[in-house]
Amino acid sequence: MQTVKMVVTGPFSAGKTQFIQSVSEIEVVATEKPISSTAERSVKEATTVAMDFGRITVDDDLVLYLFGTPGQKRFDFMWEILSEGMLGFIVMVDSTRPETFREARSILETFRAYAPTPYVVAANKQDMKYAWEMEDMRHALRLDSKVKLLPCVATDRKTVKTVLLELLYSILDEMESGG
Amino acid sequence: MLRSIALGLLLINAGYITQDDILMNLQLYFTDIIRRLFTWVEGFFRFENEMLPPDDRINIRLDLENLIIEGSRQLREWERLQDEIPSLDMALKFTDRPGANIRNVNLSVEEWRVVSFINPKNSIHQIASATKLNDLDIRRIVYGLLQAGLVEIIRPEGGSSALPTRMFPVEDREEQKSLVNRLIGRIRSL
Repeated sequence: MQTVKMVVTGPFSAGKTQFIQSVSEIEVVATEKPISSTAERSVKEATTVAMDFGRITVDDDLVLYLFGTPGQKRFDFMWEILSEGMLGFIVMVDSTRPETFREARSILETFRAYAPTPYVVAANKQDMKYAWEMEDMRHALRLDSKVKLLPCVATDRKTVKTVLLELLYSILDEMESGG
Repeated sequence: MLRSIALGLLLINAGYITQDDILMNLQLYFTDIIRRLFTWVEGFFRFENEMLPPDDRINIRLDLENLIIEGSRQLREWERLQDEIPSLDMALKFTDRPGANIRNVNLSVEEWRVVSFINPKNSIHQIASATKLNDLDIRRIVYGLLQAGLVEIIRPEGGSSALPTRMFPVEDREEQKSLVNRLIGRIRSL
């Protein structure tokens, strides 16, 4: 059996666990713990502390694993371990929480430093009332026009599929351009 | 062993140092220790409310409000520098903007030393080692150069830009493409 993996990363509460849950054929193996910090608990009750783990079986011979990273910075020692051998990565950003954009940018750069693999940025929660416009997010995240910034709703399998496909197209493009 | 007041008096009487020199240096020394405490993220401490310093030690009066404000500022600066430059494994290169001439920019001696090592082959970490700068100081200088638009962060040269084969369970390029196409087909069918 051949296996490949992709990593879903992003700031705390960006929607990484939900993203994986939307497409995984197994119940996501989540390592969530109740949040101790009052400020963070006002955003959500539990957070990933080691990783989330989802699976998509391609055929009898190939399996894709999806790994979600812990969002809180104090667990960032897990990031490098999870990035080892990844095919590419997705940076999830909560479109309604601009205060997390700088951290998202920092996470993106950290993962680029770990591995020069293709990546896409998913602007999650685009269905929410206070979601930022895509172009404004591109500007705020300081993303080059070549970087794929994709609208996403992590609970909606269709948009999650689009994000995964765009990442795979980028991987294929890079291979075909001789990368 | 000489206590600090006795030692200070000896040095002043011998003409090596003035009282102001001693007080100023001790103030810097204590301030530095307290600022380092601000960087603690966890640990235990105990405050001895009734305990006074021994009479034979030199006591320094510190303005606590300024100390706390400055300590907080430095802590925020450190966090911001870590956010902006999360990895010292990256390299630097001069921006390709025409008109940006580094000779016309006022740089400190330390900044010039860093600039002299800027090369896509040198990681920021290697530059810090060569210039004997600690993590905070190298980040501060690199951040300044980035803000001035003189340099940009890139992956160090040397590592091939080719996709590492360990990403794939197969080594043949055509098989790798076939694998990605199979993944695409599967995701589309979800």
